[in-house]
Amino acid sequence: MGLNPNLKKILVIGSGPIVIGQAAEFDYSGTQAVKSLIEEGMEVILVNSNPATIMTDKETAHKVYIEPLTVEFLLKIIHKEKPDGILPTLGGQTALNLAVKLEEGGHLKRLGVQLLGCKVDTIQKAEDRKLFKELMQEIGEPVPDSRIVNSLEESLDFATKIGYPLIIRPAFTLGGTGGGIAANEQELILYTNSGIQASPIGQCLIERSIAGFKEVEYEVIRDSKDNCIIVCNMENFDPVGIHTGDSIVVAPSQTLSDKEYQILRSSALKIIRSLKIEGGCNVQYAMDPHSFQYYVIEVNPRVSRSSALASKATGYPIAKIAAKIAIGLTMDEILNPVTKKTYACFEPALDYVVSKIPRWPFDKFVNANRRLGTQMKATGEVMALGRSFEESMLKAIRSLEVGLYHLELPTYKTKTLPEIVEKILKQDDERMFAISEAMRKGMSAKAINELTKIDLFFLNKFENIIKMEKILASKGKSVETIRSAKRLGFSDRYLSTLFKEKEADFYQWRKSNGIMPVFKMVDTCAGEFESSTPYYYSSYESQDEVLESTKKKVIILGSGPIRIGQGIEFDYATVHAIDAIRSLGYEAIVINNNPETVSTDFNISDRLYFEPLTVEDVFNVIERENPIGVIVQFGGQTAINLAKPLADRGVKILGTSVDDIDRAEDRKRFEELLRSLDIAQPLGITVTSINEAVEKSAHLGFPVIVRPSYVLGGRAMEIVYNEEELLDYMKRAVQINPEHPVLIDRYMIGREMEVDAICDGETVFIPGIMEHIEKAGVHSGDSIAVYPPQSVSQDILERLSATTLSITRALNIKGLINLQFVIYQGEVFVLEVNPRSSRTVPFLTKVTGVPMAKIATKALMGVSLIEQGYFHGTLPPKDEIAVKAPVFSFAKLSDVEIALGPEMKSTGEVMGKDRVFEKALHKAFVAAGVVIPDSGTILATINDLEKEEALKLFKRFHNIGFDFVATSGTAKLLRDAGIHVRVVDRIGQSENDIIKEIKSGRISLIINTISKSKNVESDGFKMRRCAVERGLLCLTSLDTTEALLKTIERNTYTMEPIS
Amino acid sequence: MKQLKLVLETGEEYLGESVGFDLENIFSLGELVFNTSMTGYQEILSDPSYCDQMVVMTYPLIGNYGVNKDDFESLTPSLKGMVMRECAEEGSNWRNEYSLRELLERFKIPAIAGIDTRELTKKIRDRGVMKAVLAPVNYPSHNIQLVLSRSLGTDQISRVSTKSPIHFPGDGKRIVLMDFGYKKNILRSLLTRNCDVVIVPWNASLETIQSYRPQGILLSNGPGNPKDVPEVLPVIRDLQKKYPMFSICMGHQLFALANGADTEKLKFGHRGANHPVKDLKLNKVFMSSQNHGYSVTNESVEKSDLEVTQININDKTIEGLKHKTFQAFSVQYHPEASPGPEDTGWLFDEFLNSIRN
Repeated sequence: MGLNPNLKKILVIGSGPIVIGQAAEFDYSGTQAVKSLIEEGMEVILVNSNPATIMTDKETAHKVYIEPLTVEFLLKIIHKEKPDGILPTLGGQTALNLAVKLEEGGHLKRLGVQLLGCKVDTIQKAEDRKLFKELMQEIGEPVPDSRIVNSLEESLDFATKIGYPLIIRPAFTLGGTGGGIAANEQELILYTNSGIQASPIGQCLIERSIAGFKEVEYEVIRDSKDNCIIVCNMENFDPVGIHTGDSIVVAPSQTLSDKEYQILRSSALKIIRSLKIEGGCNVQYAMDPHSFQYYVIEVNPRVSRSSALASKATGYPIAKIAAKIAIGLTMDEILNPVTKKTYACFEPALDYVVSKIPRWPFDKFVNANRRLGTQMKATGEVMALGRSFEESMLKAIRSLEVGLYHLELPTYKTKTLPEIVEKILKQDDERMFAISEAMRKGMSAKAINELTKIDLFFLNKFENIIKMEKILASKGKSVETIRSAKRLGFSDRYLSTLFKEKEADFYQWRKSNGIMPVFKMVDTCAGEFESSTPYYYSSYESQDEVLESTKKKVIILGSGPIRIGQGIEFDYATVHAIDAIRSLGYEAIVINNNPETVSTDFNISDRLYFEPLTVEDVFNVIERENPIGVIVQFGGQTAINLAKPLADRGVKILGTSVDDIDRAEDRKRFEELLRSLDIAQPLGITVTSINEAVEKSAHLGFPVIVRPSYVLGGRAMEIVYNEEELLDYMKRAVQINPEHPVLIDRYMIGREMEVDAICDGETVFIPGIMEHIEKAGVHSGDSIAVYPPQSVSQDILERLSATTLSITRALNIKGLINLQFVIYQGEVFVLEVNPRSSRTVPFLTKVTGVPMAKIATKALMGVSLIEQGYFHGTLPPKDEIAVKAPVFSFAKLSDVEIALGPEMKSTGEVMGKDRVFEKALHKAFVAAGVVIPDSGTILATINDLEKEEALKLFKRFHNIGFDFVATSGTAKLLRDAGIHVRVVDRIGQSENDIIKEIKSGRISLIINTISKSKNVESDGFKMRRCAVERGLLCLTSLDTTEALLKTIERNTYTMEPIS
Repeated sequence: MKQLKLVLETGEEYLGESVGFDLENIFSLGELVFNTSMTGYQEILSDPSYCDQMVVMTYPLIGNYGVNKDDFESLTPSLKGMVMRECAEEGSNWRNEYSLRELLERFKIPAIAGIDTRELTKKIRDRGVMKAVLAPVNYPSHNIQLVLSRSLGTDQISRVSTKSPIHFPGDGKRIVLMDFGYKKNILRSLLTRNCDVVIVPWNASLETIQSYRPQGILLSNGPGNPKDVPEVLPVIRDLQKKYPMFSICMGHQLFALANGADTEKLKFGHRGANHPVKDLKLNKVFMSSQNHGYSVTNESVEKSDLEVTQININDKTIEGLKHKTFQAFSVQYHPEASPGPEDTGWLFDEFLNSIRN
């Protein structure tokens, strides 16, 4: 077919901020697509609101817009750029929904822009439940009994006809938001209501539950000549009933016979043909485990999380091929980028087993409901490859970085079998560990299969692992048993603990006995064709396939799965470090295990090792590759934590030394350092017992911030205001003993500032200083950051720079450093120093134009900052203001507190920039999905401490046309100030309580600051959850409120009578 | 755990676990080939085209879903061995009747597991298919060398073909299926289209075939070198003049030879379920199931009465031919699938439609 001659300039829409259900996979697919289009000579314009992405680097496309993903902003870009085509199939549901809106508004036709990848009626047929069902019936593909409902009555009526259980799936939502499985009428009412609410068109599909069926997915690609291929099929370990994003997934399918495989394959091809998709598509099936009966569950007419996984699992770059197809090429014209000998029109053959395990945020959200169902809850995922299922599964478990190195949860050991069975039935994120524990306690695979419907194949494999444990325990350490255990994927950590040895000693023993892994290549064709893909995984087999190279090599450690506190920002920096290493003429080797990311695209580095980020697995690669050193500072805390154990094994850590990292992270040593530099920090203490905590806190003076040592993302951190709260925290949140000290700091309420700097050991260059809108006490990752600072004096900025320069030098930083400060009563205090790349690096890189991670990499490799054209000091800001705003996924996680605090809660970020602060702020809010009201009713409940400050804001809101509903205390405040207010009752006090008010739809904004009174607080929590579930904006910080108010004031009119 | 060794013609030895027929003091000799299908081991091991071959399965987990009654492609497997990374102890699937290990024992097929099959596959890819021996670990090396120097013979087709005609009644068109080692699914593909099928031995005479008053002829797949059965070429030449003809795999090669084209042995053949075939007329690509070690040469077709209809888009080898004059066409791959993609099942319809015309 060849390229479509009408296309020269293409607008690619990204997926926006990272939220649960839409993560880094779209940076991977989008970046790949843009490169692929440029390869074909297209001019590419890219728009995305997420600055922490590689796709929004100005080098990625011809022009990059970091703007809110709304029709309004897109139209501006389309008018300005006049693209010939617009490609929405690589930016997730966000981009697809925008395409629908653009088309439905008649904009595309009016502006003469062609929609590429798929037609709007295709999107509608795939996503509108009714149209989808009709199409499936038309082409004879089975779908479960179902009815589209727009009201609760219709839903109940359907239930009386076909009975329970039923699945409720809201139309057009991310990750099934609002839906669920209802076993009875009560649950049906609950989920129908939340589903209708969550769906932008107020529509749900109620269908017969096929929970317990096998869940299988097919990744399909079709081109304009109607050539269709399956890239990969995948089987969920968890049967239908758990969202595929929350399921353990294995590729290829393991329990389907060829007949079953082909039945579904043929069906998938039929479906993509009937939808006429030109590009990638994902079809999900439920397969009866007792017959050939199957049902089509869902079709995504775009690349997806699953296609990113399939790409990494097979080596077949779906997004890249899909982009070429979108501009007219066909698969028989496109070379297979892996073999470069065969064509893209073939189906990959795997000769290994791939396991994916989701990474859930329950370590952060300890109160969240952990039960898994149709609503996705995971923030990220890990993938591992092995030559046996057991090997890939155990590698995936240790990739999760949840402190586990085996299919075993230590806390389950002491539980009884009935307790364990209860855990299994809970169907939460820890189910696989409960299953293994049940097996250890004698429960058979068959019995567990009856309980869970998990296929016996998988359970038998689990049993193999348990059997091996028993062999090891009875036979002890012998070359033969250890070799067998390693072939099953057992970790050195598990084995050395079992034999009561140090892991390093066990490793030496293993090495001296020749039990070493080899590295196998991922080549899309199971070895049939020669390939030189630099994409490897370890396995205990006989032949190693790593291609020899005489170049000097550098290993860069990635950051593992996306989780709260360690997001895509670290993958961004990793990719930049890779680029810099390559540009210096070294071979860049990446080790990472996150299938969603750009860094695990094997085209990005010289070599990719898809491995767990543990000392053992990383060291295996180091031994094989013999690099000149390892870079740990871009892979977040994951990589930093490996610095010391690797150095202990004799590995050279490039960049800031292990000792200096420790000086920054060890509290005592850091305090000493600051004291020697005469730099202030909030008074802090380290305590090892509860008594000590109480005694010393009184001395510090409340409020204090308490947390365990060595933290990531403010985990388990809280502000406590008195001794009672402190005691409660000590009992509830931490384990305290001499080995696990607890840190207590004076809590200083002030403006928080953040600085990232680069140093080559000599020169310290500061690309920028950021100011946080929310006061210290709100985690820096959850506060709105502004560059350059708007409310801080030049003097303070100079002091911040000076402090940064002196700390950075004193720590002998080689590479990046991140510092956080609080300005308290005109003084600068250091809150925290991170001797590594930080969350703000991509944002600052975008707004200052300084490629920080690249410069840092070169600097740590010995190219001085002066040589690179930088200087000692701070870069003056540009005449532009950029705002970074956090984005939360609260709607997906029930029972999670939404009020901001010292624990990080956001999953992603957006950026808004403009020449005027309020406009930049406005863009950031819009990009973050905030529906900004310009008038209406505010529901306010404010704690006593903040009433005074709140009143100032309320007056301003009142001036521009807002009125108020408030609880009694806050109402009095308003009334006393002469502002009309309607009083609303506390929860349960009357018929017309606050919950009823929220549900009434009359409220346009909620302002609620957290109260310290426990019983008021539980009401507050309910209220905030209710708001989130209704999609209502709820602000818990007056600082955020003021920021929002500023943008409203800027964009609206005052409503004052003439005087 | 009983051990077994796999010795290649090139001298390398691999030790593994015996998971099939217990060889005790005997050995098994075969041509070592690899198959890249991720599913369909039951169909593969019962495909008569593997007669005298040993199959290396590139997918590491074999036997996962066990063995069922329906998925046999012949009654008696005729391959000489299976080489695997891992062979499941038991299968998990609703149709599972017994385990793969049990099947291997029942049909006396030796098999070895625990092998780095990827290493072996790459060896075959680089050096071409070769002979190999599966033997007990203590089997003397010099004996194995002697065994490896033996020829595999040229009688595979006669060994797997039916000895006497078999009739499968149907109320549709009567098709004579010439059996060079046919896969059951070719028969099923015809029967589901209501055909009345008579299966005749590979060496059936023109008269015998004519006596069934066929409306169409189907030449089946089969093992070995097409040049081992020159006696069937005149029969094919006569048949194509009289009846519409469709040929698959071995049948395709014989159809080519009968019409003056030539065949050659491929370095390591095509065996798997992901081979892209382009139909030159439709300008479309189909995924196909393949199992062949020989191929019709491109140059030879130019001088023959045939024209190329389909090619493999990877190595450009010929995948489909048709006669310039007669209603006869052929494909190198398996439109009957089983195992593998069902993309080209329409060829059976095309064949049957050609009869109507």
